[in-house]
Amino acid sequence: MTLDATPDLTCTDLTKRFGDVRAVDNVSFTVPAGSFFSILGPSGCGKTTIMRMIAGFLEPTSGDISIKGRSVLNVPPNKRPVNMVFQHLALFPMMNIAENIGYGLRRRGMGKSEITTKVGDALERIGLPDIGTRKVDELSGGQKQRVAIARCMVLEPDVLLLDEPLGALDLKLREHMKVELKALQAAFDTTFVYITHDQSEALVMSDQIAVMNQGVFEQVGTARDLYYRPDTAFVAGFVGEANRWRGAITRIQSGEIEMQTPEGLTLRGTMTGTAPAIGQQADMFLRPEAINLAADTDGLGGAQNVLSGVVTSLLFNGAASRIIVREAQTGADIEVTLPQSGAFASLSKGDGVHLGWQAAQANCFAAGEA
Amino acid sequence: MRDGTRLGFILLLTPLVLWLTLLIFIPHVDMFLVSLRERVGVGQYDTSLANYHTFLTEPLYLWTFLRTAVMSVVATVITLLIAFPVSYYIAKIAKGRLQSTLFLMCLIPFYVSELVRTFGWMILLRETGIVSNLLQWAGLADQPVEMLYNDAAIMIGLVYTSMLFMVVPLVTTLESLDDAVIEAGYDLGGNAWSVTREIVIPHAAPGIVSGSIVVFMLSLGNYLTPTMLGGKDSLWFTELIYSQFIVRFNWELGAAFGFMLLFLSSIIVWGMLKLTGQTLEKTMG
Repeated sequence: MTLDATPDLTCTDLTKRFGDVRAVDNVSFTVPAGSFFSILGPSGCGKTTIMRMIAGFLEPTSGDISIKGRSVLNVPPNKRPVNMVFQHLALFPMMNIAENIGYGLRRRGMGKSEITTKVGDALERIGLPDIGTRKVDELSGGQKQRVAIARCMVLEPDVLLLDEPLGALDLKLREHMKVELKALQAAFDTTFVYITHDQSEALVMSDQIAVMNQGVFEQVGTARDLYYRPDTAFVAGFVGEANRWRGAITRIQSGEIEMQTPEGLTLRGTMTGTAPAIGQQADMFLRPEAINLAADTDGLGGAQNVLSGVVTSLLFNGAASRIIVREAQTGADIEVTLPQSGAFASLSKGDGVHLGWQAAQANCFAAGEA
Repeated sequence: MRDGTRLGFILLLTPLVLWLTLLIFIPHVDMFLVSLRERVGVGQYDTSLANYHTFLTEPLYLWTFLRTAVMSVVATVITLLIAFPVSYYIAKIAKGRLQSTLFLMCLIPFYVSELVRTFGWMILLRETGIVSNLLQWAGLADQPVEMLYNDAAIMIGLVYTSMLFMVVPLVTTLESLDDAVIEAGYDLGGNAWSVTREIVIPHAAPGIVSGSIVVFMLSLGNYLTPTMLGGKDSLWFTELIYSQFIVRFNWELGAAFGFMLLFLSSIIVWGMLKLTGQTLEKTMG
C-alpha cells in the first residue's frame, strides 16, 4: 500500500434501472487500495447488480465507475483490470487445474514457460502445490474456492470481486474459509470487494462494510460501527441479533427518549437521528448481550431500565447460549444472552429473573422506515 | 420378494429382447447368410464371398459408396456449421417464451412427412418453380433455371432433413453449460472467439459428436432425398441397394451391399471418434 490517495475503486451516483424497478439507486462509494470492502444485504437488494456493473456484465443506467482513477464505463469485461470469483466459482470443467489458472495468462499471450512458473507460484501461494494436473471435480469445496481465487490473482487485478463464494460450503468449512480469505487478501495485498447476505462473513473479514437495502446503501462503516452504532433501523435489525419494540414516545431529554409499548412497557433508549415529537412512534433495538441478568433488583446496580420476568426457555448454544424471558407485567418475550461467568449455570425454566440495561445501549429510531 | 423382483426384471426385459432378436438380430443374420450365397444355377446356390468380391472389384460400386460417404460427411459439416449458432442462440441467448418458440419452430417442419417436405424443395427449385421465377422477375436470369437434379440440390435436402437431429443434442448440451462459466471466460480476458473455442466447444463436444453421428448415418442411409432432388443419376449408395433388391431382384448382391454399408459406415464413425478423441460412452452418457 502506498500513500497515494487514488482509491482503487470509486462508484459515483451509480444507478441501474430494470424497467420501472430501481435495482441500484444513486449509490456512491470509495474503496481504498488494499482494503477488504463488503456489501451486505438481503437477497434482491441490488448487491449483485452493483458487482456485475463493476465487472462489466451490466451497463449502469447512469453514474460512473472508475478504477484507479480511470473510468471503465466503456471498457468491456475482458479488458477491465477487475476479476470476479463467481458464486458457484465457475471453474472450467473442461480444463485441469493448471490450465484453469493459466487461462487468463494464455489470453494475454504470455509465453508457455512463464505461464508454468506463474501457475506454479499461484498454486504454492494457495497452499496446494501438487494439484495442477487434477481435474476440477476431483477437488473439495475449499480447494476449488482457493483455485478460483488463484485463477483471478495470477492476473494481478486492481480489484477482485467476490460474489458470495462461500455460499455453497458447509458451515465448518465456511468458518475456516472466512479466516483464510482474509489471510489471502493480506498475502496478495489486493483490494477485495465482497458481496454477501451473511452478516458474520462481512463482519469477520471486512475493513469496511456497506449495508444495502432496496437499492441504496443504508450505512457504510466498520463492523464495529454497524454493530454498536447503526444509523438506521434496518441496519440495527439486519446486523446482529436484537430485541425489538415499537412504542409511542412519552418523553424526550437530550438524546434519550422514553417510550411506551402498546402492552404497557415503559422503556428508555438513545435516539439516533432527529427525534420525532412526543406521541409519535419509535422503534427500539436492544442487543441480547447488552442486558444484565440478576437474581434480584439490587444486582442490577441502578440500571435505567429494569424489568422482571420468568425464564420460558433455555437456548443452549455454547458461548452464545440465550434464554427467553417472559416479562411479568406484559407477557412480552425478551432474548437475553446468558453470561459466561457461570453465575447462571444452574438457571432453569420457570425461574424468576430481573433484567436491566442502560438507555445508552438501546438504539431508537423514528418508526416507519423498516 | 427376490423372486418378485426377478420376475419384474424379466417382464421388463422381454419386449426389448424380443424386439432386438426378432426385428434386428434374426433379419441381419438371415441377410448375412443371403449375402454369402452365390447363384450357380437356377435355384442352386453355393456359399462364397463372390458378392463381396463383386463390390470390391467393380469401380462404380466403390465410387458410389465413396461419393455417398463424402457427401454425407460434407452434409454433416454444413449441418453442424448452421446448427451450432442456431443452438447457441436458442440455448444461451434467447430467454423464456422466445426460447421455446424458436425450439418449436425447429421441430414443426418434422410434423410433415419427409416426402412432402422434399416435394416442397422440388416446388421451390424446379425449372418452373418459385426460385426460378423470382430470378427471372428480378432480371437475374433471362430464361427458366433448373436447380434440381444436381449435387447442390441433394446437399440442401440432406442438410434441411438433418437439421433437427443436430439442433436437439446441441441445445441440450449447451443448456447445461453454466452462464457463469462463459462470463468467467470473458472476465479473465477471453474474447468471443477464444471463449467459444476453449470453453463452449469443449463443453458441447459430446453433443456435437452425437449429433454428427446421427446426421451422418441418416444422410448415408437416406434414400428419398437423393433420389427426388438428385434425380436418377444421383448415384447414392442406398439406390444401388434398392435397385439390386427391387429392380434386378439380386438379393444376394443387395444383401452384401447392405453389409458393406453397415461395416464401412461403422468404420468411418469409429475413425471420427478416434480423430476427435471422443468415446461412444462419453457421447451417449
